[in-house]
Amino acid sequence: MKVFVHGVGVLGPGIENWNSCRTLFKEQRPYDDSVTPVPMPSILPANERRRSSEIVHWSLGVAQEAVHNSQLSPKDMAAVFASSGGEVGILHKICESLASPMPIVSPTLFHQSVHNAAAGYWSIASNSQRPSTSLACYDSSFGGGLLEAATLLATGQEELVLFAAYDVPAPFPLSETRPLIAPFAMAFVLGKQALPISLSLLHITLLSESMAKAPTTMIHPSLESLRLGNPAARGLPLLHTIANNQTTSVFLDFLDNLQLQIDHQPCRPCPD
Amino acid sequence: MGRVKGLEEVSLKSSLSKFTCRNNQLAWLGLQQDGFENEIVAARQQYGAHRIGVLIGTSTAGILETEHAYQQKDPVTGRLPATFIPRGQYTQDAFSVAHFVRQYLELTGPAVVISTACSSSAKVFATASRYIEAGLCEAVVVGGVDSLCLTTLYGFAALQLTSPGPCRPCDATRDGLTLGEAAAFVLLEKSPRNGNSQTTALLGYGESSDAYHMSHPHPTGQGALLSMQASLDSSNLSTSDIDFIHLHGTATVANDQTEDRAVATMFQAHTPCSSTKGWTGHTLGAAGAVEVVLGDLCLQQGLLPGCLNTTNVDPSFSSHVLLENQERPIRYIMSNFFGFGGNNCTLILGKL
Repeated sequence: MKVFVHGVGVLGPGIENWNSCRTLFKEQRPYDDSVTPVPMPSILPANERRRSSEIVHWSLGVAQEAVHNSQLSPKDMAAVFASSGGEVGILHKICESLASPMPIVSPTLFHQSVHNAAAGYWSIASNSQRPSTSLACYDSSFGGGLLEAATLLATGQEELVLFAAYDVPAPFPLSETRPLIAPFAMAFVLGKQALPISLSLLHITLLSESMAKAPTTMIHPSLESLRLGNPAARGLPLLHTIANNQTTSVFLDFLDNLQLQIDHQPCRPCPD
Repeated sequence: MGRVKGLEEVSLKSSLSKFTCRNNQLAWLGLQQDGFENEIVAARQQYGAHRIGVLIGTSTAGILETEHAYQQKDPVTGRLPATFIPRGQYTQDAFSVAHFVRQYLELTGPAVVISTACSSSAKVFATASRYIEAGLCEAVVVGGVDSLCLTTLYGFAALQLTSPGPCRPCDATRDGLTLGEAAAFVLLEKSPRNGNSQTTALLGYGESSDAYHMSHPHPTGQGALLSMQASLDSSNLSTSDIDFIHLHGTATVANDQTEDRAVATMFQAHTPCSSTKGWTGHTLGAAGAVEVVLGDLCLQQGLLPGCLNTTNVDPSFSSHVLLENQERPIRYIMSNFFGFGGNNCTLILGKL
């Protein structure tokens, strides 16, 4: 399946946006993960921003950046939101409340608890009535989302897809069942056709066990820890390849026995 | 509330015991029905296990386990029970149900859980269809599994959306939904195996977003209309081809009213429609797969189901709501599913 990358958004410890990510991956600056940026999804009205959860801010922050960088209208984009844990913060609050002597679930917390809360907020904020899918695939959530986005384009159903992958650590004690190293989110605007803005062409193939290669890793130890420590950060090697305009293949483990081979071809040099 | 009796007693086979939770027990029970496992064995032989995908819809997976774990937190350390911590991945985690089904059926193709609230297991049909079209799979086990938990019981009650009695879709005095729980599975294939002419086909699907509100439908049913129109476009059918509209029909005041507006805008009063939630309750993330199975039965047996428990159709409605069952051959069914977050999906089923 062939898809073009028209825009990228990214947010993680020591990574403020796509531009900061590119300078990092081109080794123009050292990696300092001591500061985790605060997402600022200005596309959400202020009152919704106050009410909504941390993970909504992370996912909409990168979605907004990718759309901005693509110079395309979000109204024309289908959305694929991929997250392993989804609304872990809201889930924690609900479980705390249900374990109290007077169990109750607030109406606001309840509608914010659905896995597709972030995608719902996105469709409202971006005013897009195109289809929207929210999915989960444990450590393979990035790959599951990329497959969904690619099949939407490959089957001709959609011309443009916003794909966001994001996960944040759960609060204690829920965190003990699924320890994540740090919050991380990234987004692509993907399309069927090459545009002057296009950064890359991706050719995505699903490999069975017998065809699988060693997965592509990050050389920097902290970035490799991040890749393994947050399901959304499984996309880091692909971001690294895009940032460096490399014509190469990225191998991404998918479930326990499959792999995605992503052949990357730059469309133009990334501006410095 | 529609509770599946004796579910707690179901034991999964020992190699899969780590998956034990109400949601996977329900999935297991669903997989035992109607010779489904035998069909999978045959499909595995024909296509190979790696060419069969697993796509399951659920809204809350095994969250009940986490709710219980929080009730048993250590009062000093605040930690969850040591027995729960390593099992979170196999019970509470959203993907756990697809993980369980994939291992139980010994399939090795791609697998994903879609969780878009009450449209979850309708959306998996659309995704499965694209997987097959894109050549990722020859066949896909498509399903929906959602089990009762405190989050949804208290949550829907807090939104004042639950009825004190059995729900009455489209009734003038309807007063909310009845929660149910269900597991339903379908094997979706590119073409019928063994030349089976009695097969029901997924002929098309439509998806859309309301882009309006997190928990209220768009008042004019605009998002629903987009989804319904997209389903007709993808199946190359027109409104006059549709014999029956299987409504989302949750029996909440707002859902049924906006769905009536959308259906009446598209079909006027020509096409019979009804909701089967009176028979099943609202099984949330499982509703899509459950109602596809019901739609299959209706097509094969020539049945148009009426709205169970409904006595007086809301006089403000303009669509043609069925109160009684009718028996006559039908060819095409349109099925609607709407979820929180304004997430809409419409499926079209037909006889080949």
